[in-house]
Amino acid sequence: MNNGMSLTAIFFFVSIVGLTLVITWWASKRTSSASDFYTAGGGLTGWQNGLAIAGDYLSAASFLGIAGAVALFGFDGFFFSIGYLVAYLVVLYIVAEPLRNLGKFTLADMITARFDSAKVRGTAALSTITIVLFYMIAQLVGAGALIQLLLGIDYWIAVLIVGFMMTTYVLFGGMTATSWVQIIKACLLMLGTVIISFLVLKEFGFSIATMFKEMGTATDSGAAYLNPGLKYTNGIDTISMLIALVLGTAGLPHILMRFFTVKDAKTARSSVIWATWIVGIFYILTIFLGFGAAKFVGKEDIIAANAAGNMAAPLLAEALGGDILFSFVCAVAFATILAVVAGLVLSGASALSHDIYGQIIKKGKITEKEQVLAARIGSITIAVISILLALGAQTLNVAFLVSLAFCIAGSANLPVIIYTIYWKRFNTAGAITAMLTGLISALALVAVSPNIWNPVEGKAIFVGDPLIMLTNPAIISVPLGFLGGFIGTMLSKETDDKKYREVDVKANTGISVQDVSH
Amino acid sequence: MGNNKASKSVVIDYDAIANQESFKALVRRKNSFLWLMTAIFLAAYMLLPILTSYTKILHQKAFGEITWVWVYSAGLFIMTWALCHLYVAKANSFDKEAKAIIAEYENGGGRR
Repeated sequence: MNNGMSLTAIFFFVSIVGLTLVITWWASKRTSSASDFYTAGGGLTGWQNGLAIAGDYLSAASFLGIAGAVALFGFDGFFFSIGYLVAYLVVLYIVAEPLRNLGKFTLADMITARFDSAKVRGTAALSTITIVLFYMIAQLVGAGALIQLLLGIDYWIAVLIVGFMMTTYVLFGGMTATSWVQIIKACLLMLGTVIISFLVLKEFGFSIATMFKEMGTATDSGAAYLNPGLKYTNGIDTISMLIALVLGTAGLPHILMRFFTVKDAKTARSSVIWATWIVGIFYILTIFLGFGAAKFVGKEDIIAANAAGNMAAPLLAEALGGDILFSFVCAVAFATILAVVAGLVLSGASALSHDIYGQIIKKGKITEKEQVLAARIGSITIAVISILLALGAQTLNVAFLVSLAFCIAGSANLPVIIYTIYWKRFNTAGAITAMLTGLISALALVAVSPNIWNPVEGKAIFVGDPLIMLTNPAIISVPLGFLGGFIGTMLSKETDDKKYREVDVKANTGISVQDVSH
Repeated sequence: MGNNKASKSVVIDYDAIANQESFKALVRRKNSFLWLMTAIFLAAYMLLPILTSYTKILHQKAFGEITWVWVYSAGLFIMTWALCHLYVAKANSFDKEAKAIIAEYENGGGRR
């Protein structure tokens, strides 16, 4: 690892910061209405939105985290790649189009299209903000640690730099700036990943068979490296984690928001094709990143740089491509973090400013100008809260925070989304109980899990025996979210078939007033 | 009821559309397609951790040193791409039907 920064590294970092600021300045001139701010005016084209979706997907956790996990644990690390990718089908088949047809800016918009209640909206906003905060703390803590490592500056300064940058993008450029930062970062990340993968393949003589053959002896795990079981030995826990990955994605606010940033359903679908191919190819390449790091950097050096393996990809770039590639990959990782946290700030702000302030407090009676102002104040609020939390959370395990966010998203948001679209009997009480049961059970189960409690001091936050042995409680909390919604619905007599028919027609035909000519 | 904020001059009679046979048929076919496919891909996906946690089937070598677990995973990737394209093709054809349903509604279909 370099001591201090080389000139190349400074060049790449400054270029990325400069480029993103130019984009933000350009976007700021196009951001005047609330719809500009939250959804870039619905003006992204298919490939642009596709790259932006890919950008949202390929967070630092994907790039640095999965590469590290594959490097250290072989196939077990690759579970994440599979989970995140297949999750996209859940988004596509079950959630995306009805959400687009019913909603405007947020998840709460879609649920209140059926149940026009401040309580429903407030609960949906609460769960969105909770997910955003956990996910963002994870990204900020990871970012702080990474930049601290790369630039040799203090953790708190690193968090403040990232916090300042993300706030700038969102505050001035709204969704337009956030999307373009996301698009550029997705291109750079793919470029970096393809270059490293090419170099890795070259070392193996461009033969996948040779690569696997050599990897069977390259680590101290021997042939076990190529099979599952190196990290995940508890079957139920593995299954539970994979449930959280596949169902949680469909409840992540910043992913769902991406379906409002295009003008029609056809464009949304073409963006989805782009995204699926890019994301899929990237996840396949994580095998090369991980294998390459294990072989050409070595487990010991990876762990020495960062115990969780987060430095595997940058170290591999250094080993195969020297200082230039190392600096480039580090700058790309930095851009990745910036882009993802900016998207998170925006989705948090939409819940806070649009749902809670605009729709609940002001009851929708709010001018366009006030909406944009509220969105900006909301962005600063979300940013400041998450920066403060991240400053206090330096020692928390990033992977745990991310998996918690997925677990809450799958437990609190997915059941209510599915019931709202597909269940006629569902009602206001059910919507609230579904979200609250999912949210509270996910939080409570994690609070008594081995992530928080460990008999050995220093292994977790508190010393003691965990009540459950699951590190990810999705296998319990997702069904509880569905059950909570079912019981809440049945306990209330309220039914409104007429409203459901309206929602059903809107969700399935995408009909709006403009479509009807008479 | 009745706070139909979206409608300014035109009021859409959603009940009329919901009562059209063509609409009911579309929703039936759409939902059975979506849920059937969802059941299939979730089953294929969840089978992976079940097989790797409780059996050794996928730990066996398939090609050279490459074990079946990698082949199965590659299958899941191909499945995702294929189902993504299938979805878009299906959704585009559902769109055409939805347009026809709206046209039928405008011509007075489905009203009681």
